[in-house]
Amino acid sequence: MSILVNKDTKVLVQGLTGKTGTFHTEQALAYYGTKMVGGIHPKKGGESWTSGVDGTALPVFASVAEGRERTGANASVIYVPPAGAAAAIIEAIDAGIELIVAITEGVPVLDMVKVKARLEKSNSRLIGPNCPGVLTPEECKIGIMPGSIFSKGSVGIVSRSGTLTYEAVFQTTNEGLGQTTAVGIGGDPVKGTEFIDVLEMFLADDETKSIIMIGEIGGSAEEEAAQFLIDEAKKGRKKPMAGFIAGLTAPAGRTMGHAGAVISGGKGGAEDKIAAMEAAGIRVSKSPAQIGRTLVEVLKG
Amino acid sequence: MNIHEYQAKELLKSYGAPVAQGVAIHSASEAEAAAKSLPGPLYVVKSQIHAGGRGKGKFRELGPDAKGGVRLARSVDEVVANVNEMLGNTLVTAQTGDAGKQVNRLYIEDGADIARELYLSLLVDRSSGKVAFVASTEGGMDIEAVAEETPEKILTLPIDPDAGVTDADADRLAAALALEGKTAEQAKNVFKLVYKAFVEKDMSLLEINPFIVMENGDVRVLDAKVSFDGNALFRHPDIVELRDLSEEDEKEIEASKWDLAYVALDGNIGCMVNGAGLAMATMDIIKLYGAEPANFLDVGGGASKEKVTAAFKIITADPSVKGILVNIFGGIMRCDVIAEGVIAAVRDVGLNVPLVVRLEGTRVAEGKKIIDESGLNVISADDLDDAAQKIVAAVGGK
Repeated sequence: MSILVNKDTKVLVQGLTGKTGTFHTEQALAYYGTKMVGGIHPKKGGESWTSGVDGTALPVFASVAEGRERTGANASVIYVPPAGAAAAIIEAIDAGIELIVAITEGVPVLDMVKVKARLEKSNSRLIGPNCPGVLTPEECKIGIMPGSIFSKGSVGIVSRSGTLTYEAVFQTTNEGLGQTTAVGIGGDPVKGTEFIDVLEMFLADDETKSIIMIGEIGGSAEEEAAQFLIDEAKKGRKKPMAGFIAGLTAPAGRTMGHAGAVISGGKGGAEDKIAAMEAAGIRVSKSPAQIGRTLVEVLKG
Repeated sequence: MNIHEYQAKELLKSYGAPVAQGVAIHSASEAEAAAKSLPGPLYVVKSQIHAGGRGKGKFRELGPDAKGGVRLARSVDEVVANVNEMLGNTLVTAQTGDAGKQVNRLYIEDGADIARELYLSLLVDRSSGKVAFVASTEGGMDIEAVAEETPEKILTLPIDPDAGVTDADADRLAAALALEGKTAEQAKNVFKLVYKAFVEKDMSLLEINPFIVMENGDVRVLDAKVSFDGNALFRHPDIVELRDLSEEDEKEIEASKWDLAYVALDGNIGCMVNGAGLAMATMDIIKLYGAEPANFLDVGGGASKEKVTAAFKIITADPSVKGILVNIFGGIMRCDVIAEGVIAAVRDVGLNVPLVVRLEGTRVAEGKKIIDESGLNVISADDLDDAAQKIVAAVGGK
């Protein structure tokens, strides 16, 4: 098994016709035939999109609702620019899309506050925004992760950072462990899915034998996740885990690229997060280059 | 993006918030006229810099016994004397770092007879995903210290974005601040209007510390600190106009023109990385191997060759940079685009320090080929550990 996406996931692309949407849809189609089923553009409904790589054609629909009805899509990926991203997410929620993955970076946070309120009254799950997406090796690639570094295996990976997700994937591939699914939850302060949601899924997934969790400075999601893991372990649910926290050297009060990566009011520093994760039994690697190796050591016992 | 106190107060006043009369000045010659336009007899002269702790801060040029960055004056002459002492000097506070900040603007304000000092702020609460009020009876002091010592004196109240500040919310806030009668009614109005300002202007933080009750029972915004969501500035040209470039690092200003996430640091290894997490981790690993990063720089997803070139130029323009580490794990960012940008920049501005490049991910083979065939003196690295060790060795670290 995997979590969130598999070979049966059917994906619509909001923002397909743009440069970024086109490039990554071509990459997704080339990745074990991920079922990309169509694109959305309010003014280009009825047209079609053609991959510049292999000539695959996809229909373009005027709305997510129409796209869903015509294709049976259960997922949507969003490459819409920041100003329109929240409206795109809300359109996907209203169309009843089960899994919405928002790649867009730079969505105003108060737009996300509105999206979050809408999300809570729906059955949709949102991953992101400002995230690299979700990938289940050899089955389905939604988003911008480079497929070539993945291999099918037993590690579940969840991360606030896109490129550090790739590091963890690459390293676990090189260690011969492979991945069940990698989930980038994104670097914004208000987002659809938190660590706890993904950890719950990995704990419940039989094929996921171990977990890597990568956090960074800002907020308290890592501390909350650590408490969740402690509580679950008391119920007998526990898997070997390694982790990493980015930003040990980050100055307080400065936003480090990700809108959510800021130490403010003496809170959200890396040391506190590392301590909380270690208290929950996660072995935290000091080097971002040793995350895979650290997990191997944990598995050796 | 941050703005000055006087700008924040003008903005809040436009929403109807009670603020004192005041005048911002840029030169000492404006001081007398500014003071005379106020009712007196009590005035406050306040340094306008983008950092807190001004009252307890000290001017480097004035010696340890001189007064701080916020001063009371009891006559127009005293206002002028203080302005002459403060303007142009460097204020060092707990938040400015040792370098301090030059005071280029002062705000001269009508004094108030303070009965109580309260704390009121608005922020985006990550846990609830909502805008939340933070209110406390312990105003005028460091709210983090209050949170540490007497957390029961702080109320955090998330606001439903669909409903806004309800009467019940306003009642809870007034009760938490122990306000009654006419004072409570005034405060409830303030809660609603500052929430409106926060949401309409895409603020990320609005801190009123202190929010005061005066001897006559009226409430007033005595200090105001406002930050805006940089991602929402595209829809607020009026706010962008309030930006004070003299408060920002020159390299950071240049970086912002190119939409690059850049933070200047104190070390000597320049970094160019894609992705905020990896950029932070790159700083961390440089430190782990015994050196210090000169900057944080995330070129972001989908950067063009021109943007990469601009990023490289910003790094090389920093005289403290003794070596450069380019660390790219391409997802949305293609390695060949990075390689072309780096090569173009090196050809353009030259390269006088060691350069280590580590590429991985989308189109890595093409990227490595471009670097290898460039004929430039670039040190290739296989992975992040290798890259960090090579650049630290190259700048003469451990």
